[in-house]
Amino acid sequence: MTQRPKTLFEKIWDAHHVAQTAGGAHLIAIDRVFLHERTGASALKSLAASGRPVRDPARVFAVMDHIVDTRIGRGDDTLMPGGSAFITETRAAAQAAGITLFDVNDPDQGITHVISPELGIVLPGATLVAPDSHTCTQGALGAFAWGIGSSEAEHAMATGVLRLDRPKTMRVTFNGTLASAVTPKDMALHLLATYGAGGGAGHVVEFAGEAVTALDIEGRMTLCNMATEFSAMTAIIAPDAKTYAYLAGRRHAPASFDASYWSKLTTDDGATFDREIVIDAATIAPMVSWGTSPEHSMAVTGSVPKGPDRAHAYIGLEAGQTLLGTPIDAAFIGSCTNARLSDLRRAADLLRGRHIAPTMRKALVVPGSSAVKRAAEAEGLDKVFTAAGFEWRASGCSLCFYAGGESFPEGSRTISSTNRNFEGRQGPGIRTHIASPETVAASAIAGAIADPRELAR
Amino acid sequence: MTPFTSLNSVAVPLLRDNVDTDAIIPSREMKSTGRTGLADGLFAPWRYLDAVARVPDPAFPLNQPEAQGAQILLGGANFGCGSSREHAVWALAEYGIRCVIAESFAPIFRGNCIRNGILPVTLDRAAIDGLGWQKLVVDLTTQTVTADGKSHAFTIEEEPRQMLLEGLDAIALTLKSLPEIDAWTQADRARRPWIYAGKAA
Repeated sequence: MTQRPKTLFEKIWDAHHVAQTAGGAHLIAIDRVFLHERTGASALKSLAASGRPVRDPARVFAVMDHIVDTRIGRGDDTLMPGGSAFITETRAAAQAAGITLFDVNDPDQGITHVISPELGIVLPGATLVAPDSHTCTQGALGAFAWGIGSSEAEHAMATGVLRLDRPKTMRVTFNGTLASAVTPKDMALHLLATYGAGGGAGHVVEFAGEAVTALDIEGRMTLCNMATEFSAMTAIIAPDAKTYAYLAGRRHAPASFDASYWSKLTTDDGATFDREIVIDAATIAPMVSWGTSPEHSMAVTGSVPKGPDRAHAYIGLEAGQTLLGTPIDAAFIGSCTNARLSDLRRAADLLRGRHIAPTMRKALVVPGSSAVKRAAEAEGLDKVFTAAGFEWRASGCSLCFYAGGESFPEGSRTISSTNRNFEGRQGPGIRTHIASPETVAASAIAGAIADPRELAR
Repeated sequence: MTPFTSLNSVAVPLLRDNVDTDAIIPSREMKSTGRTGLADGLFAPWRYLDAVARVPDPAFPLNQPEAQGAQILLGGANFGCGSSREHAVWALAEYGIRCVIAESFAPIFRGNCIRNGILPVTLDRAAIDGLGWQKLVVDLTTQTVTADGKSHAFTIEEEPRQMLLEGLDAIALTLKSLPEIDAWTQADRARRPWIYAGKAA
């Protein structure tokens, strides 16, 4: 007897299905919970106040990433006013709950979605939740991993399950191959520009196709990272030999991956999705955002389309204008989207032997984890960045968002390897353009939005 | 959680698409690890001409005299996108908002609303456009939004509907299923030992 073909998501869902509720929802087992100091402390404190213990502390992890100072030599003090309370309260709550904590100066510290794969905490076929929207990043390892609120994090810790209505599924297939100097970030921005910031509408999105399987694991994380910008519940990519090779030897990963179980973690031929999107990867150009939503993105060589008046007014660009040559004041390479070793290597390749424009008022590189920082330093990448005029920092979320402490110079236009170009995201009045690390590097050198392909030639 | 059965209030229109949670409550307004003290920072970048000095912008919908005491907010597509911060919903609730009617919602924000007694209602844009500044009756038992005698039906999954109607605590409810969860976990330990065999275990 043959079983009905299933999608990868359905297989993981079924393997974690504990029971159906009277209201028709489902209790889905949660294998891993990951917290950070910005939203995790409130979940842990609220749980403790209710007198409910963490059911299985061995499967709950926490890290300090969101508001930690990224200046070298940091402690618990933060540039955000009052921020150190988030750190000290998270530490106390994590210790009381008996969960694993990666503290401010722990060698394993880093951005949640960088260190979870790095340490083998997220695994193919597993479920993982975190009170952080970019948890979808971790779907790149073949996990069902998604972002939730603090109350749901509390629920997962107290009960080991979440109550879910079954989400719809979507497959986004990237056929063909990417042109040179086109990156997973450009794939994500292309998807957003074409189908909109609401295009994913609560679906679990499986990324598939030649151009996706051709990506390395870090590139797959970048692509999955922006599924939340697509309003998807999360993203997932079928694990393959690259996935298992990536995870081999990671501290929290199994000693071996038995093919009889792991090889079944794929979407069966003939399985159906609620929605399908097919994109020809060869048509994708280096992308950059022009407005105040990630859907306001365009080919770097194109001209600004007509968008909401409010977006044009905020960003100070009119429809029909070209973006190339628009002067910028600041550059940022960092975040859970694009601050892994391969991202830093590619940016450094363009910066080696060059210098950022004298008009640049701030340029930062913030490694995605302390391990990425050490590896980059071992290769001398820190020296390349500092010689080019970038500041080299310790790991954290840093200026992906403005928390009230460090900011970009007033009124500045920044180019940033991050995921959100919302009004005020990087500071009041700051105008953000999101792009790949290559485009950020090329633009910092030019002092204006630039096409990285020009520099690569 | 306060139960939600029906609501009678003026609806304040904020008819922009992609209203993100950074706009609803900017990171810099999340000043403590608690869930309170957030209403003052609600929509700070838009509500104030000077967010530091708290100088209100009279043009912002929530600052209009008719918006006094309003419990219903109208939005466009993809309302609540961006950061998962539940603070956005805590800020809305503390301010007094009990219902958001939008063309569509970002999934994490929508889930956070349900866990905090705020009813997320999805209607098409044409219907929403006609609701601004109207006195509405939002009824979760009949799943209708009524303005001036004209009703719009809305759908919501059964479980969130029950949770909102009865003001249920999801954790307490789930803990009633603990024997089932324990049995499942015990069987799963044999099926997938690697999930339970981490370094910290």
